[in-house]
Amino acid sequence: MSGEFKSGRIVIVGASLAGLRAAETLRDEGFTGELTLVGDEPHPPYDRPPLSKQVLLGRVPAADVGLPARRQVDARWKLGVRASGLDPAAKEVLLANGERLPFDRLLITTGTRARPWPHPEEARLDGVLTVRTVDDASRLAERLDAGPRRVLVIGAGFTGSEIASACRERGLAVTVAERGPAPLVGALGGTLGSFAARLQRAHGVDLRCGVTVTSLLGSNGRLTGAELSDGSRIDVEVAVVALGAVRNTEWLDGSGLAAGPRGVACDAGCRAFNMYGIVTDDVFVAGDVARFPHPLFDYQMLALEHWGNAVEQAEVAAHNMVNPGPLRRPHLAVPAFWSSQFGLNIKSVGVPTFSDQVTIAQGSVEEGRLVVAYGYRGRITAAVSVNRAKWLEHYQRLIETAAPFPPEPGAADRPTAPRVMASDVPDPKVLSHGPTVALTGHLPDRRLAVLRPMA
Amino acid sequence: MQIVVDLNRCEGYAQCVFLAPKVFELHGEEALLYAPAPPAEQAERVRRAAAACPVQAILVGEQAGADAGTGAGADVR
Ligand code: SF4
Repeated sequence: MSGEFKSGRIVIVGASLAGLRAAETLRDEGFTGELTLVGDEPHPPYDRPPLSKQVLLGRVPAADVGLPARRQVDARWKLGVRASGLDPAAKEVLLANGERLPFDRLLITTGTRARPWPHPEEARLDGVLTVRTVDDASRLAERLDAGPRRVLVIGAGFTGSEIASACRERGLAVTVAERGPAPLVGALGGTLGSFAARLQRAHGVDLRCGVTVTSLLGSNGRLTGAELSDGSRIDVEVAVVALGAVRNTEWLDGSGLAAGPRGVACDAGCRAFNMYGIVTDDVFVAGDVARFPHPLFDYQMLALEHWGNAVEQAEVAAHNMVNPGPLRRPHLAVPAFWSSQFGLNIKSVGVPTFSDQVTIAQGSVEEGRLVVAYGYRGRITAAVSVNRAKWLEHYQRLIETAAPFPPEPGAADRPTAPRVMASDVPDPKVLSHGPTVALTGHLPDRRLAVLRPMA
Repeated sequence: MQIVVDLNRCEGYAQCVFLAPKVFELHGEEALLYAPAPPAEQAERVRRAAAACPVQAILVGEQAGADAGTGAGADVR
């Protein structure tokens, strides 16, 4: 009976992009019951990608990054209060202020937070910052406005690289320290990693790879410098810790759900697994905090910190929360993300880390415009474009149809003899930044599925 | 007014940049930067830009959750 699905009480924990789009989809799909959104930040939902770009460049005030509503959600918002626990038997969410929120169905969209600097005393030094929230970005933009003599960025993943780019564009001296062999290497592999390294140096970044920051130095509570593992020392007034993200799952400890540092495991329909691997039917997960099996990638459990995934998975979760079994949908979207840095537009489809080989399929490193295609055991699994976004759609279709790797010649400017190289995706343990796509665990069954785009 | 551009979809056609240059701007060849909360006098231009975008990547609306209130545990309908 569809009536019971369209009424009752739904609680969404996590009032960011995924939580918001889920709430809107629930109403679009005819949910007329009580809807509550819980968010630990005191702000209504906002958009994070501009924080490390427009906001750090000083072009847009941090307070401007709200999200447009697709529709009214007629919800009760509980903002500025953290969820502290889940009682699955009583079907209640516990809040840090002692309140209990009873639910019939629950959606978990608690996302991630910035991985903190591991030494708490050093992390407290004035001048040590992270960029994850709107308040973080606003603080950092203020620091950059003040014109520090040098900024240290710790970690050269996408966020760290975008921060370094903003600093250089403002004319600030910046040192980037990365434990891995190159920037972005954890997400994009060796070919684009070395491209990114050259790009950063060409833009005046003091890029130091293969080193770690061993300590942040302070005097009178203010950051004054940093020591690196190669014995060098630099004077800095601002250090930005860009060591990747930590999934917000601690509040689920003891809930019996399959939740941990890698996220909350769920099925392709966004239903959470409990710790025995049994799927629940009243707890759903979406966005950065979810780990889900994707048929295109050997059913490996993917955890994606991507804007598009937050939106698409939230829509699927919400649909499945208010529809009975036969009408439920799988979350099969091909992962995609973008980054802009040093004047370049980098876009990705598929899962670049799910690869053993790469080839430059179009353009070249020299012209600074290219598409790199990624393959795994002879089929194409990802493509990344640099200033060639228009070509990416073609590769998305190839990925969706499990087309062979290396891809057939498509465009006129393809290099004559495509050179296939090892993809050089390093072990994530050697990087200071976490990979954007985490591949974690897999089902024993290694069937390849051909994904057809959804109608 | 708030806007968000789905930059997975955006292919840098720049129609929006021509129609509302104070709100949308290309950074380099094809990276789009935009003002997420354009001033009211830009509203008409922004709507035209959203309608003209060949991949329908621009979402325009009122700020989500603006009625949510702020502060610890604020409970607003
Ligand atoms: S018109 Fe659309 S596709 Fe073109 S730059 Fe603007 S948002 Fe992107």
